[in-house]
Amino acid sequence: MAYINGIGIISPQKTAETNEFLSEVMEYTEDYLKCIEPVYRGYIDPVLGRRMSRLIKMGITSAKLCIQDARRNLHDAESTMSDGSCDNPDAIITGTGLGSVEDTEKILGELTREEKFLNPTPFIQSTYNTISSQIAINLRCHGYNATYVHRTFSFESGLLDALMQIEEKMAANVLAGAIDEMTLNHLAITRRIGMWKMEPANNLKLRGNMAPGALAGEGSAYFLLGKEPGPNVYAQLTDVSNQFSQNHDFDTSLFVPRFLEKNGLTPADIDVFLLGINGDPAQDPQYVRVADSLFPATAHGWYKHLCGEYHTATGFGLYTAANILKRQVYPGIINMNDIIPSELKNILIYNHFRNTNHSFMLVQQAGI
Amino acid sequence: MPQRIFITGLGLISCIGDNVQENLTALLSTRHGIGRLQHVDTLLKDEIPAGEVPHTHEELFTLAGIPCQEGYSRNALLGLIAAAEAHQQARLNHHSELRTGLISATTVGGMDQCEKYYNDFLTNDTRNIYIDAYDCADSTEKIAAHLKVGDFVTTLSTACSSAANALMLGARMIRTGRLDRVLAGGCESLTKFHLNGFNALKILDKKHCKPFDEHRAGINLGEGAAYLVLESEDSVAITGNKAICELIGWGNACEAFHQTASSPDGVGAFLAMKEALKVSGLEPAAIDYINAHGTGTDNNDIAEGNAIERLFGDNVPMVSSTKPFTGHTTSAAGSMESILSIMCLQHNVVWPNLNFSERITGLSFSPVEKLLTGIPVNIVMTNSFGFGGNDTSLIFRK
Repeated sequence: MAYINGIGIISPQKTAETNEFLSEVMEYTEDYLKCIEPVYRGYIDPVLGRRMSRLIKMGITSAKLCIQDARRNLHDAESTMSDGSCDNPDAIITGTGLGSVEDTEKILGELTREEKFLNPTPFIQSTYNTISSQIAINLRCHGYNATYVHRTFSFESGLLDALMQIEEKMAANVLAGAIDEMTLNHLAITRRIGMWKMEPANNLKLRGNMAPGALAGEGSAYFLLGKEPGPNVYAQLTDVSNQFSQNHDFDTSLFVPRFLEKNGLTPADIDVFLLGINGDPAQDPQYVRVADSLFPATAHGWYKHLCGEYHTATGFGLYTAANILKRQVYPGIINMNDIIPSELKNILIYNHFRNTNHSFMLVQQAGI
Repeated sequence: MPQRIFITGLGLISCIGDNVQENLTALLSTRHGIGRLQHVDTLLKDEIPAGEVPHTHEELFTLAGIPCQEGYSRNALLGLIAAAEAHQQARLNHHSELRTGLISATTVGGMDQCEKYYNDFLTNDTRNIYIDAYDCADSTEKIAAHLKVGDFVTTLSTACSSAANALMLGARMIRTGRLDRVLAGGCESLTKFHLNGFNALKILDKKHCKPFDEHRAGINLGEGAAYLVLESEDSVAITGNKAICELIGWGNACEAFHQTASSPDGVGAFLAMKEALKVSGLEPAAIDYINAHGTGTDNNDIAEGNAIERLFGDNVPMVSSTKPFTGHTTSAAGSMESILSIMCLQHNVVWPNLNFSERITGLSFSPVEKLLTGIPVNIVMTNSFGFGGNDTSLIFRK
């Protein structure tokens, strides 16, 4: 268990540099949902920034936004909590499915044309751990540093590592992030294997769009997880689980009640079941099956129409759950089945990729 | 009391052998595997020597015991071969009631096929099967599927310390009661992509590398895979597996200094080794041998040397880098060198640091120059440091 004490998120919605939570929803009709990026000058030395690729800039900036956010109410006279405040995390962990696609493509493009002496910068930046280590350099953090690169398990593996760090008393504050980018080339390549819709799609009319494939997106979300609640605490991350199912035979109806029971809950205690529905007619029915069979009377929420699908999109999901619990609001834009939860205490986030990689996060109101 | 973590299976393929025994034989006869590249289609092959596994793609299928087919990267095949060897030794197919995880490390992933077919990916549908095989998770999931290890599956990438971090995560998952057994390690195949990347950084030696030498001139890249089976003491009581040794210390720290260079005093290396000692509960004097990261670059070896001196003072243990044998196998190096270190515990030997002739100016110690046999080795430390200052140190006990 850890408290979510700060969040910094750059996404296709207006999530960075604001205290609002989905009060204005961005509508797009695009091939993929692209991040609304802040001006990086305030976060990154412009001289260094010139050589830095976009993903690295997004990562550093969302990490800095996260640290700032965790201190947001520190000087508020009402706030007496300071145990969980943090200038610098003890550990930095990043989950990224693909790292800097832009840099990888630059090198592949060059090598495919002609094998000649490369510019080393894209090579360095294409290495997955560059994001975490650049954040460490920027925050001057010498602590534990790791990067997970396993498709839709990437972010969840990082969160699990963070929870263990706190449990083992290796760290009191861990910065854990979820970051991936989309490029036009990568979109074209992965469209070949049916991942994405072939035509631009409207993100707010994604349900009912039966064209094969999901709507792609991207984002960078960092969370400051603490042993103690901080001055701006959002919620508590109680547990995380990755379930690999090579034969697509994973039995959610067996697993979910066991996972909840381990954490002292039953399915009836879940106020919002937050689903990874992404508009892909091949993937979405699995969510509906689980939601209808295990949580028939529970509010079903979704969020990928706001951020698009990518390997670490559950970062946007955790941002959504944490804000629902902190603000005690349930935005209509995420409501799928018109059930309005009577309480907002327990949220279960469920994600799956090709029915092979199933992941769960249990997020609860802080202090209950 | 926290669970002790025993090593009960080892699997290894490198340029000096297809399995643990062949690697041991090569090391005992001080036979290295650095030479001209045969299998990577690169203009650098006449210029840059490397430690290439001397097998074609087809031969690797045979070694992995699976039919030759489309969709497999060289990385996945190397990973499968080594993981299967460790899996078999620890008999992971028995006792399905135990929770068994796979934690694998890689950075190049399926780049060997991707760099071959990238133009096809962009222009036609002929090579679509390799699109999924490009990312880091692909080799891990293929290993998990073939060996049926899946209670927890993930992939780590911290460049050249990746596999050491996979072992560290495995140990922590056992310690915190999340798993009983873990198949952990890393795989990395040579690619045109990273040969050119390292070449662009101007840190590749055009001759056989000479770590810790005053006139060292860089890295020889290598390839291979290495996996270890970690078991809790409770699990060993159930499986009846013989403990090869014990993993007793781990430490991960970050330089937070520069994206590719180490700080001159090796602060990350120092912190990682210090933390590993702290976890093990040992004093520095308890370490008999350090299998150093020792890449042979100007920067790494002096930084690592300074960090070792700072931690061990006047009592620096025996130190050597085995990279002149295997090449620097990047994401596989941490688990590969763990196995090489464990061999020292098993056989009371210390591996020589090949090609050493002159001590680095400013360092007080020289590495072990000749193969040492018949000497007691009870506790070994192995270092793995990566780009971005991702530094990890592990300690094994007999």
